[in-house]
Amino acid sequence: MHSFLNTSRPPVYCPGCTHENITAKLDKAMVSLNLAADKTVMVTDIGCSGLFDTFFNVHALHGIHGRALTYATGLKLADPDLNVIVTMGDGGLGIGGAHVLAACRRNLDITLIILNNFNFGMTGGQYSATTPTDAVVGSEFLNQAEIPIDICGIAESAGATYVAKCSGLDRDLTEKIVNAIQHKGFSVIETLGMCTGRYTKRNKLTPKMIEEMITDLPARHGIVEKNQRPEYGTRYRALAEKVQLVPAPVTIEKKIDLPDYKPEEVVILGSAGMRIVTAGDIICYAGLSAGMNVSMKNDYNITVLRGQSVSEILISPEKIGYAGIELPTVLLALSDEGVNRRKKLFSVLQESTFVIKEKSICIPETTADIVEIDFKELKIKRQDWALASLALMAKNGKALNLEMLQIALTHRFSEKNYLSAMDIIGKIFNS
Amino acid sequence: MVLSFMEGNEALARGAIAAGCNFFAGYPITPATTIFNNMLKMLPATGGICLQGEDEIASMGYCMGAAMAGLKALTATSGPGISLYSEQISFAIGSEIPLVIADVQRLGPSTGSATRGADSDIQFLRWGSTGGVPVIVLAPKDALDCYVLAVHAFNYAEEFRCPVFIASNKEIGMTKESFDLESVALPLIVERKYYSGDTFLPFAAQPAESPPFLPIGGKTLVRTTSSTHGPDGFITNDPEVIAQTQERLRDKILHSRHKITLYEEDMQQGSDTLVICYGVTSRAVEHAVKILGSKGKPVSTLTLKTLWPVPEELIIEKAQSFKRIVVFEMNLGLYVQEIRRVLCDRKVDFYGQMNGVLITPGKIAEVIANA
Repeated sequence: MHSFLNTSRPPVYCPGCTHENITAKLDKAMVSLNLAADKTVMVTDIGCSGLFDTFFNVHALHGIHGRALTYATGLKLADPDLNVIVTMGDGGLGIGGAHVLAACRRNLDITLIILNNFNFGMTGGQYSATTPTDAVVGSEFLNQAEIPIDICGIAESAGATYVAKCSGLDRDLTEKIVNAIQHKGFSVIETLGMCTGRYTKRNKLTPKMIEEMITDLPARHGIVEKNQRPEYGTRYRALAEKVQLVPAPVTIEKKIDLPDYKPEEVVILGSAGMRIVTAGDIICYAGLSAGMNVSMKNDYNITVLRGQSVSEILISPEKIGYAGIELPTVLLALSDEGVNRRKKLFSVLQESTFVIKEKSICIPETTADIVEIDFKELKIKRQDWALASLALMAKNGKALNLEMLQIALTHRFSEKNYLSAMDIIGKIFNS
Repeated sequence: MVLSFMEGNEALARGAIAAGCNFFAGYPITPATTIFNNMLKMLPATGGICLQGEDEIASMGYCMGAAMAGLKALTATSGPGISLYSEQISFAIGSEIPLVIADVQRLGPSTGSATRGADSDIQFLRWGSTGGVPVIVLAPKDALDCYVLAVHAFNYAEEFRCPVFIASNKEIGMTKESFDLESVALPLIVERKYYSGDTFLPFAAQPAESPPFLPIGGKTLVRTTSSTHGPDGFITNDPEVIAQTQERLRDKILHSRHKITLYEEDMQQGSDTLVICYGVTSRAVEHAVKILGSKGKPVSTLTLKTLWPVPEELIIEKAQSFKRIVVFEMNLGLYVQEIRRVLCDRKVDFYGQMNGVLITPGKIAEVIANA
């Protein structure tokens, strides 16, 4: 009879180990499903269950402890025709818990066979996430202070569409594995077994006792009705197919010739939520419209709508190297926290530096040329102060002009937003 | 000439697409997140796959599974993510799984500063895996480099069947700048070398070479394993076989050092000082060199784009005729250790800064001037 078993590498399990029976029944299941060897991959991790990939004549990926599901996910999405079978012990289950949860939530068509034998066999019978509290294991008393998990219950609540639990010696194990593999979606089958090399040396555990353990827990026979939904790969591809357009890079043609343009260094001192970065973008776009090189670096904290937001913009006919600002030619002081962040800068400002200061903002003493504006009085919302300041720059011919600003706004905004931005620009420019 | 305007992270993503990358998995982390965002915009529309892992370890695992199925995978993170990638990086090195890892560095140690730049991971990338096998680390200095080096990184990953790192920095990844994207001449794409005989062994290779590839899911059965293995991909205890594999993993990178060496140089007539630098700091160095040049003090520079394997022959050759070597880094002295190791008979001056801000051209000019 046809078999996938690799006769040159027979199982090397301890006499009486349940893993051996699971190996044989998994083979039978694969044969009865008539799986194509070249379209089947066994993905394993570490420990005794991690030897499975060597027993079968199929593709194999043997990886890091607890991570088998991560490789399986990459393989299945890359090649949806693959039958992906993952074996994992209770050790890998404990380490890779996050991956088990993610696989249950995702429902990619992978079969996970958990070989639960209640302890770490290979390393000396230490306790695992499934060791009973009253078991005697290689971890002295530690397991007595914890409780084991029921992975089937967890898988069900994490959204697994197929969850089965049975003895590794179950009479119908082949059929149960067949059903799990046939399920279109993520299927978990937990087998309970005996680790004769370690666990059963100090703990009485018989096939009958395993059957009783299973009976004591909620029945898990496969399909979880309440969790049924489309398989992830199918769903992913259907959603991804709708994305047709690769966004083009922002590319702005030179429209304006300014042969005498000198390098400008613009600093905007503001706060998160004031659209400082957008204003910085617009200044850069304006520079590009005159064929200039531009750069913008931003300084903000991890908080989203709190904290300073500082933009440093360079505009130059020359190629830009260092993207920091040493001596600003234009400085917009739009919030106290922004100003505080760059306090030292004010002492180096020169008389030629063009400073726009909102009336309510305090700035350190400086010899620079200050234009104060009362945006509140002008009924400009705080989130538009940076944008409105650009109109003031254009009006004073600092770093950009109105034409550059207009081109920048058409590139940066949708038509609707362009019109409302131009309203603000017009209001300030003509005031 | 028409200029495009983008941050380094977008340029890196566009470079990856140009290199034929068709798989991305990552986990959001500042300052690398926008690589993920860009890949998510571009991959589905180009027939690729883009995923958010449940964590960094998973993201790497997804990439490695996809790479073993024959795809060209990219992931992106920052220092704290590299820490989590570590076990998978070791696996990818040992099992010769090609992929590209972008590390947009931020200020460490640990969580450090999410929005502050530093070249924190320059030694970590080299040594953050078990076994000590050499790795390839490329360092961009600007958005244009991010674009071009992404293609080189994929080429090296395919040719040498190994993970290749791009050591970017918050100050490059999240700094927007203009460059002439349309006229960039990208390197030719190097395709993965596929096996074409009929007795495939997944890790059979000539000394100092990488094994020809076949994908999991193809007609010929493929084995890959994180365990110490022989050419057949099965675990082995044979000292001779182990030694051969270990030496091959080392030699396939080190013997090809000349092929992997990328750099820029600006040799000024009459200068007795050579500045060796890399990454974003080299931009301030260029600026400082201009300032000093205008004051009649010419200074030469060597900007390394390949940090690992250390371009030893290049460094020795370029440093030869200079009286003084100065190294600048955005950390307190990581790569200067390599320069000092290579130029062991020379005095190498160093200035490093790790405070979340760029080293200024003024500071660099001052250090150079104060010999």
